[in-house]
Amino acid sequence: MKCAVVVFPGSNCDRDMYHAVKDELGADADLVWYQEANLADYDAVLLPGGFSYGDYLRSGAMAATSPIVEQIRAAAEAGKPVLGVCNGFQILLESGLLPGAMLPNKKLKFMCHTETLIVENADTPFTQQYKEKEEIQIPIAHGDGNYFCDQTTLERLRENKQVVFTYQTNPNGSAGDIAGIVNERGNVLGMMPHPERAVDALLGTDDGLRLFQSILTYWREHYAINA
Amino acid sequence: MPSTLEISPETIEQNRLYADMGLTDEEYTSVVKILGRRPNYTETGLFSVMWSEHCSYKNSKPLLKKFPTEGPHVLQGPGEGAGIIDIGDDQAVVFKIESHNHPSAVEPYQGAATGVGGILRDVFSMGARPVALLNSLRFGSLERPRVKYLFEEVVRGIAGYGNCVGVPTVGGEVQFDDAYNGNPLVNAMCVGLIDHKDIQKGIAAGIGNTVMYVGAKTGRDGIHGATFASEELSEESEEKRPSVQVGDPFMEKLLIEACLEVIHHDALVGIQDMGAAGLTSSASEMASKAGTGMTMNLDHIPQREENMTAYEMMLSESQERMLLVVEKGREEEIAAVFRKYDLEAVAVGEVTDTKRFRLEHHGEVAADVPVDSLAEDAPVYHQPSKIPEYYEEFQRMEDFKPVVTDYTKTLLELLQQPTIASKEWVYDQYDYMVQTNTVVSPGSDAAVLRVRGTNKALAMTTDCNSRYIYLDPEVGGQIAVAEAARNIVCSGGRPLGITDGLNYGSPENPEIFWQMEKSVDGMSEACRMLGTPVISGNVSLYNESFGGQAIYPTPIVGMVGLIEDVSHITRSHAKAAGDLIYVIGETKPEFGGSELQGLFEGRHFGKAPELDLEVEALRQNQLLTAIRSGLVESAHDLSEGGLAVALAETLFDQELGCDVTIEGDITTALFAETQSRFLVTIHPENKDAFEQAAPGAQQIGTVTDDGMYTVKQKDVVMEEKTSVLKTAWKGALSCLVKSKA
Repeated sequence: MKCAVVVFPGSNCDRDMYHAVKDELGADADLVWYQEANLADYDAVLLPGGFSYGDYLRSGAMAATSPIVEQIRAAAEAGKPVLGVCNGFQILLESGLLPGAMLPNKKLKFMCHTETLIVENADTPFTQQYKEKEEIQIPIAHGDGNYFCDQTTLERLRENKQVVFTYQTNPNGSAGDIAGIVNERGNVLGMMPHPERAVDALLGTDDGLRLFQSILTYWREHYAINA
Repeated sequence: MPSTLEISPETIEQNRLYADMGLTDEEYTSVVKILGRRPNYTETGLFSVMWSEHCSYKNSKPLLKKFPTEGPHVLQGPGEGAGIIDIGDDQAVVFKIESHNHPSAVEPYQGAATGVGGILRDVFSMGARPVALLNSLRFGSLERPRVKYLFEEVVRGIAGYGNCVGVPTVGGEVQFDDAYNGNPLVNAMCVGLIDHKDIQKGIAAGIGNTVMYVGAKTGRDGIHGATFASEELSEESEEKRPSVQVGDPFMEKLLIEACLEVIHHDALVGIQDMGAAGLTSSASEMASKAGTGMTMNLDHIPQREENMTAYEMMLSESQERMLLVVEKGREEEIAAVFRKYDLEAVAVGEVTDTKRFRLEHHGEVAADVPVDSLAEDAPVYHQPSKIPEYYEEFQRMEDFKPVVTDYTKTLLELLQQPTIASKEWVYDQYDYMVQTNTVVSPGSDAAVLRVRGTNKALAMTTDCNSRYIYLDPEVGGQIAVAEAARNIVCSGGRPLGITDGLNYGSPENPEIFWQMEKSVDGMSEACRMLGTPVISGNVSLYNESFGGQAIYPTPIVGMVGLIEDVSHITRSHAKAAGDLIYVIGETKPEFGGSELQGLFEGRHFGKAPELDLEVEALRQNQLLTAIRSGLVESAHDLSEGGLAVALAETLFDQELGCDVTIEGDITTALFAETQSRFLVTIHPENKDAFEQAAPGAQQIGTVTDDGMYTVKQKDVVMEEKTSVLKTAWKGALSCLVKSKA
C-alpha cells in the first residue's frame, strides 16, 4: 500500500503522519507537495493536521479551494481510503467531502492533551481492528474542534453509523460528542484527534496504530489481490 | 523626495535629536569622530540601534566575559544566532533563549508571539530544525486585573505562534511576584537539532556575492524596537505601541521549511535572521564577521507601505525576514527554492571589499559608515557597583522562623500558590506533542524529547528562583544553575550546557549593577563546577516600571541535557505502591525567600539558602549513576515549598498515597527550602544497591495504595486524601485567572 501525505503550506503534522505510516505501520508513504501531487499513483490519501494557510479566513477554508481537492475528491469517489486529521478534517468539511462545519472550541482556547475516545463504529476501513465501544487514548490539539451540524444531519449520521469516534468527556462542545465521522460510503474519515501521535507507547499511547493497521488490512482485502 | 524632507545633520546635533534615538552626548561625539563628519539622520539611526544595550551589550559585556563558554562538546559558543553542542553521531543540539519583555508589557499577545518567532529564527538560521520551545514567564500579582490580562494574553500569544509553526512548546516556568507588577518578563527558548555538516554561519563572505532579502515585506512596525527595549518602561511606553511588531506564524512556517531546504544548496554562502535592529544588524553583522563590506540598494527592499524612508527601512523590526548571501550569478537557483513556498527572494545588494556599510536610496547615498563601527565599536561601560542597603540588612537579620500550627492547612495553601500550583491551565493551550517526539510532557521536572532514529533523548528545562537571587545574587545565581541541572539529572540526563536570559533593572543604578555582577559570578561558578558552559544568551536591562520599581534580578537558566538511552528517562511521578521513598540531602531550617515566608509574611527577606557546589555536583552524579543503573523509579528535586510539596507532587499522577516519617523540627522537615535535595522512589529489591549508589540517602517511607498522604513523627502530623491535595493544586491557577478582581 502506498500512501500520499498531502502537504499544504502551513501543514505541520505532515512528517508525523509520514513517520506513523512509514516507520510504525511499515507501509510506503510519500510527502507530496499540494502543487506537485498526482494522487492517482496512491492507494490511500492522508491529510495531516496543521494550520494550512495559517488558518486565515477559516480553518481549512483556503486549502479547500486549491486544485488538489479535486484529486482528493476523485480518490474518494474511486473508493480509496481518505483520512483527514485535525486540519485535514477541517479541509474535508470545507470542501464538502464530509457534512458539517467546525466552530471554535467552547472555551475559546486551544487545547492539547490526551482524550478518551469511544469507537462507535468498528466496521469501517479505518476501525476494523478496534472493538465496538472500545475506549482508546488519542491526543487532541486544536482551537477549532467544535463539530457542528444541524439536527437532521446529526440524526442521519447516527442512523448511517457515520459517527466513528465520540469523546467520552466532550472537551470542545462538539455536537453529539463527535470526534470523527465518515462519509456515507465509509471510505472518507475526518477526525479531530491525532491517531498519528498515538503510534508509539514511548510517547504515552499507541492506540492510534490500529487505525493505520485497519487501513492496511482493508487495502489488502480489497485491492491487493492483484498487486 | 524623502531626502529633501530629511532632517539635516546640523539640526540633529543642535537639537540633540540623537538623544531621542537613545545616543548619549559622548556616544554622538564618538560617531562624529569615527565618520570625520556629522552623521545624517539615517546614520544616526544606524548607530543608535547598533549601540543600544540590546544589540551591543555595552553595559553587560564586561560581565558576560566571566561566563565559561568553552567545553569539549561546544561547537559554537556565543556570537552566532544560537549556540551549538555536539551530541554524538554527527548530530548537535542548538539552543538559545531570548527576552521580549518590553513589547509584552505593552502589547502582550504580539509581544509574546513575536518573541517566539524571533527565537525560532535564531535557531533555524543556524541550519537547525527547531524541535522544541520553552519559556520562562514572570508576572505580578494575579489579583490585579492588568496582570491577569497580561498573563492570559502572553500565554495565548505563545500558543498562537508556536502551535501554528508546528514546534512543540514542551516546558517552561511561570512565577508570580509583586516585583513584576509593572514589568512582566517573557523569555522564550528554542531548541533545534542539526547534523554537523549543515551548520550555517551568518557571514557575508566572497567579494561580489549577492545579498538577498527573503520573507515578509518591510513595514513601519517595530521601528526602534531595540532602543525601546533598552530603556525603562514609563507612562509614555503605551505610546510606543507602534514599536511592537506584529507576527505572522504562517509566514514563519514557510520560511522555516524554505530555509531548511536552501541550506543544502551550495550557492548559499551565509544566512542570518533579521531580529532586533532588523536589516541594520543582520547586514552589518554579516559583513563585519566576514571582514568585508556591503552595499545595499534600498529601492529593492520589498516594502509593505509607501514612501518609506531609508531610516524607516533600516530600523524596522518587521518580523519573518531573513538575509542571505549567495554566490554571484546563482541568485535564480536560490529564488526558485523560495518560490515553491510562495516566498520571494530579492537581490538587494552586494558584498564589497571596502569594509564600509553603504546604503543607496532613490539614487542617493543614504548612509556610508565603516561596518565595524556599527557592529564592533560600540562603547563598553564599566558601570559602578554598590552593595545595596537591603542586602546588608538581610545579612544582619536573625533567621526567619515560621510558626506553623496546622500543617495540612499550610500545605493546602502552599499548593494553591500560583507559583507552585499546576500550570495545566497554561500548557493545555500549547501544542506540546507536534513532531511526535515528546516523551515527557510539561508537568515533570524537565521535558524530554526522543531523538528520532537514535536511542537518545534530550532533556530541557528553564529555571530561576529570583527570590533567592534578590536576597543574595551570588548564591542565588549558583542555585539557578544548580536547580536547572537537578531537573535535567532527575529526568535521566547529563547536563550539557546553558543559555542564559539575563533580566535586570537599570545597569546605571549601582545597586542593580551589583546584582548583575554578583549573580553572573554565581552562575559562572556553578557552570564551571557542573560542567555546563554558557553557549548563548540574551540580556534585557531597564526592566523597571512606573516609579522606578525594578524587577527582582532574574537571570533565567535554559539548560539542555543528553539522555544516552531512552530507558534512562525518569519522571517525577511515583509509579507503584510498595516503592520506597528516599530523600537525598540533609535539611536545615532555611526559610529566607521560601514560599512559606511569602505565604506568611507577604514578602521575602533574610538570607538565601546556602549552597555547596561540590556537594551539589557529587549528589547529582550519584543520582544520575543510580538512574542509569536502573535503580530509580521516580526522581524529583526539592524546590519551592520543600519536602511537603515535592512529596505531594510525586503522588498526584496516579493519586497514590504515602506513609512517611519525618525527623527533627516538623516545620523545617516539611517546608524548608534547603538546596541540593532530591526525592526519589525505588523498588524495594533495589534498596541495597541504591543505598550504595547514593550514600547518605535517607529512607523516609513508602508509597501506598490507599490514596492517603500520611506524614508522621511520633504521632500523625498530616493525613489527607491525595485527591483533595491534587484538586486544590490543579484548580488553583484557573480559579485565580477566572475570578474577578
